[in-house]
Amino acid sequence: MYALVDCNNFYASCERVFQPQYVGKPIVILSNNDGCIISRSDEVKALGIPMGGPEFKVRNELKEKNVQVFSSNYALYGDLSSRVMKILEGFTPNIEVYSIDEAFMNFDGIKIEDFHDYGSQIKCRIMKWLSIPVSIGFAETKALSKVANKIARKFPEKTKGVYIIDTEEKRIKALKWTKIEDVWGIGYRLTKKMKAKNILTAYDFTLPHNENFIKKEMGVVGLRLKYELEGKSVLELEEAPSAKKSIAITRSFDGNITTFNEMKERVSTFATVCAEKLRRQNSCCYGVILYLQKDKFKIEKQRYSFYKLETLSFASNSNITISNLAIKMLKEIFEEGAIYKKAGVIVTEIIPENQKQFHLFEEENPKHQALMKVMDDFHKKTGERKIKLGNQDLHRTWKMKQNHLSNKYTTDFKEILKVKC
Amino acid sequence: MNTNNKIHFFVPDFENQIELPYISSGIKAGFPSPAADFDESKISLDNVLVKNKEATFYAKASGNSMIGAGIDDGDILVIDRSIEPQNNKIAVCFIDGEFTVKRIKIENEDVYLMPENKNYKPIQISEENNLIIWGIVTYVIKKV
Repeated sequence: MYALVDCNNFYASCERVFQPQYVGKPIVILSNNDGCIISRSDEVKALGIPMGGPEFKVRNELKEKNVQVFSSNYALYGDLSSRVMKILEGFTPNIEVYSIDEAFMNFDGIKIEDFHDYGSQIKCRIMKWLSIPVSIGFAETKALSKVANKIARKFPEKTKGVYIIDTEEKRIKALKWTKIEDVWGIGYRLTKKMKAKNILTAYDFTLPHNENFIKKEMGVVGLRLKYELEGKSVLELEEAPSAKKSIAITRSFDGNITTFNEMKERVSTFATVCAEKLRRQNSCCYGVILYLQKDKFKIEKQRYSFYKLETLSFASNSNITISNLAIKMLKEIFEEGAIYKKAGVIVTEIIPENQKQFHLFEEENPKHQALMKVMDDFHKKTGERKIKLGNQDLHRTWKMKQNHLSNKYTTDFKEILKVKC
Repeated sequence: MNTNNKIHFFVPDFENQIELPYISSGIKAGFPSPAADFDESKISLDNVLVKNKEATFYAKASGNSMIGAGIDDGDILVIDRSIEPQNNKIAVCFIDGEFTVKRIKIENEDVYLMPENKNYKPIQISEENNLIIWGIVTYVIKKV
């Protein structure tokens, strides 16, 4: 038996742990730099305020409807997430952390009489210890447990937040209810294709006459999904999360950037942070992508976002190498005089540091490694990024717009909860 | 490096990252330290003060209503949210929009939040109060 545990409106729920006055009240969380809405409480969903929209577009509406706004506080969410996962491990050692707010659990070899009761216990414990509401779906396969989870979340009164697909009848009913776009692994592009083929629900997906189409479009991944939805378990828990496949540092600017030098400084800083993150997970990258976005509200019918990708001939995690490549690309695509709103550096094709292959002709100056180590050690000790590249601004700090930030209640001793007595 | 016309050999890095245990008594051919068999881990306040890591939070007290219970202004409270609220336990409560720490008193059907300072009055919980018993205080840490 598998279960999928999903925290309801996770970021919003985290904010309520230490500010219970917002329980039952509409709240939204904004992305880094207070750009867009990335999490909404149920009350906000009911008000019809959309996900992902830029904050300034709905600012008046938020104010009128008394919606409390928070900047994202990843220190808090990350800590509470790891507590949730640890609590889950108390119920079965076999868990797969799927995202910050979701985990699969497997109960093979554990004798459980009543899964509904077991699910309620899990839910109650997370609620009592952390005040985080969760929904839990149980089924024989991972894909079906996702479906069961959706049902638990959608019908809280009937299910009490826990739903189990344990009969053929329930499985078929659940699949007929599940829209194709909500099926695990079916994204936007596939949804369009499926709909054109009249595959509108998860049930349609499992019908025998669609098998060839699925095989053609999705290959073995599609067939696995089909078996899973039919109740034949073919996907197991994934082992410990692999190192990230790409790392992106992108930011919307507080003001606009119009000059090359200003942009060069930002891009160099983003590249530096990417390189630092690579080193922290002991990996290197081959691919570096530069991303620029113009102010889309000032341009009509024109392209506003620009990407450029280049591949290094040797894998690197050096600030200098990655920054130089990013700046080289910037020179190629930067338009003097244009108004830029956002930029980013993304590193891809990541490999573990120890699998780095020596290259016959081109190699990074080996001194980089030593230099980076000195920088990392110094920054770790002082807690500040004081050693920078010449392209970076020495005085500029890594400042994000976070006008609605709550305390780091669990990770910074200076910001712990205050109680009156 | 291309300007260098000598052959450049790369030396493999033998420095591995595995840390070896440091045997503090040293390894000698003579008598081992008589304390070696009694080697125990160091005292950790975390282990003593935190019974349940996932459910434990810290808070800072502000005010004087609990001085009788040893909670002074500025003290750090260790709060374990996994403990069931009971009569006589000291709890962090959220009442009417505010966090406060008080002793829980349950008498017949009535619930009171009791201060431990004569200058403060007990709070009787009525239906209008929006009370959340947020967690139970297990330790008080104070600077002397």
